[in-house]
Amino acid sequence: MKIRNNVALSDSGFLFNPSSGDSYSLNETGLFIVHCLQNNKSEDEIIKEVTKEYMIEKGSFEKDFYDFKKLMESFNLID
Amino acid sequence: MKNKKRYERPIIKQLNTGLMNKFGTRTEYMPVTHIDGVPVKKLIEDYGSPVFVLSERKIRENFKSAKRIFETRYPKVQFAWSYKTNYLNAVCNVYHQEGSWAEVVSIFEYKKAIQNGVSPNKILFNGPDKTNEDLILAIKNDSPIHIDHLDELYRLIELADEMHKKPRVAIRVNMDTGVYPMWDRFGFNYENGQAWDAINKIMASNKLNLIGLHCHIGTYMLAPYAYGVAANKMADLALGIKKRFNKSITYIDMGGGFASKNTLKGAAQIGADIVPEISQFAEAISTSLLNAGFETDDLPYLYLETGRALIDDAGFLLGSVISNKRLSDGRRAVIMDFGVNILFTSFWYNHKISPAQKFSHYTEDCVLYGPLCMNIDVVRENISLPPLQSGDRVVVHHVGAYNITQSMQFIALRPAVVMIDMEGTPHIIKSSETVDDVEKNERMPKHLESFKL
Ligand SMILES: Cc1ncc(COP(=O)(O)O)c(C=O)c1O
Repeated sequence: MKIRNNVALSDSGFLFNPSSGDSYSLNETGLFIVHCLQNNKSEDEIIKEVTKEYMIEKGSFEKDFYDFKKLMESFNLID
Repeated sequence: MKNKKRYERPIIKQLNTGLMNKFGTRTEYMPVTHIDGVPVKKLIEDYGSPVFVLSERKIRENFKSAKRIFETRYPKVQFAWSYKTNYLNAVCNVYHQEGSWAEVVSIFEYKKAIQNGVSPNKILFNGPDKTNEDLILAIKNDSPIHIDHLDELYRLIELADEMHKKPRVAIRVNMDTGVYPMWDRFGFNYENGQAWDAINKIMASNKLNLIGLHCHIGTYMLAPYAYGVAANKMADLALGIKKRFNKSITYIDMGGGFASKNTLKGAAQIGADIVPEISQFAEAISTSLLNAGFETDDLPYLYLETGRALIDDAGFLLGSVISNKRLSDGRRAVIMDFGVNILFTSFWYNHKISPAQKFSHYTEDCVLYGPLCMNIDVVRENISLPPLQSGDRVVVHHVGAYNITQSMQFIALRPAVVMIDMEGTPHIIKSSETVDDVEKNERMPKHLESFKL
């Protein structure tokens, strides 16, 4: 899973995709994950990072992560 | 080990270019963590989830305020609590303590009012379905009987004759107030002369004591002027009775129907912004009655059977998120532990729902489902909420009217109802239902008692 490299991201969670002209907003957790993706973290690494940073069990997060990934895909933000 | 941060489900939301805003779309909702000072979390821990919570403080405030609003505009006002709106005994007794009589529409409600200790001559007996047995009881008790149709009128005349007692009666009048649909299935019509016909029959019989006129022009009414029109027509009948029979009627009962601050489905604006204040209804009614031409010493009492406007915002439903999922069309669905079985009014209202814990300003559009295995179990078709996760709690607002009385024991048992008193102490006023409660009236024929599988 790799995020498109021309995607622009601001600290406040504003994401812009120049290929489509669409913009998105991310909440804190979403932003955290996108940062990880930009740093080429693998899915396992992201799960580890998130569960280290936030009060959440691995199992519960995986479900949300999967859903988030699907949305990113549907927005054509990841390859 | 460092303290971990509170987790929120990751969200990415496409921004609508027209409304582009780098902060995302802000939710108007604030978390509601307490009700009358009691933490939502504690209420759920102590009484289960879901649970209905009523604020005694709010009930009393609403009542006192409505009473003052009417009494400053009209000298003779009497409220009667509409039992069907919420007939838990504790609720009724708050209204009775505040001076409210009882308004009932069935013998079941009538008996509840008696058992609550309301003196029978202060129970207004409405409704189209009163059996002879019911009428006999009401006649013996001297309760005001509001006649709905001619069959009832004739039966009353017969019973009065047999019992050698003159029942105190009113007729229910329906009329065109300019608001549609017109509620013309109850009572006698004003415009086509049915109301006069009923009055003439009552007066000619000399068996019934016509003490009042009753109407209830609709429910969730948004038009104060309609009450002005109705009060005019009622006054016209009352003055006509005075003129024709030299009889003063004691009261004009304007029924209920003032809208509460809920938002009707399909409404363009939220209820709180468009629903008239009670003072507007009061102004319309009192202006009509005071200007109708009654002699000052012959002014009838104004009775009011206000229901939802007095209690809706004093009731809350607390519930929890069971799960959330994504639907095939991409929408987010949140499954709650309460559904239309206990939130009947979600069929016509878009209830305001607040999370009961802190959240970021990110929201998602979602569908809110109940827990029933039924397609109709939709609490909100479309609502913007912060990302909720399993175990999160929510507060549904404005559920005090018609939910507890119309709740269904369907698939699930009904939850407890708690009232928070004036000092902020919660009391159970109805325990949660048990399997035994539900099966109490079931009977098993002998041949079905056993089976082998
Ligand atoms: C006869 C009568 N009175 C009073 C009410 C209470 O109405 P609301 O809750 O709209 O004030 C009703 C409700 O339908 C009613 O039928």
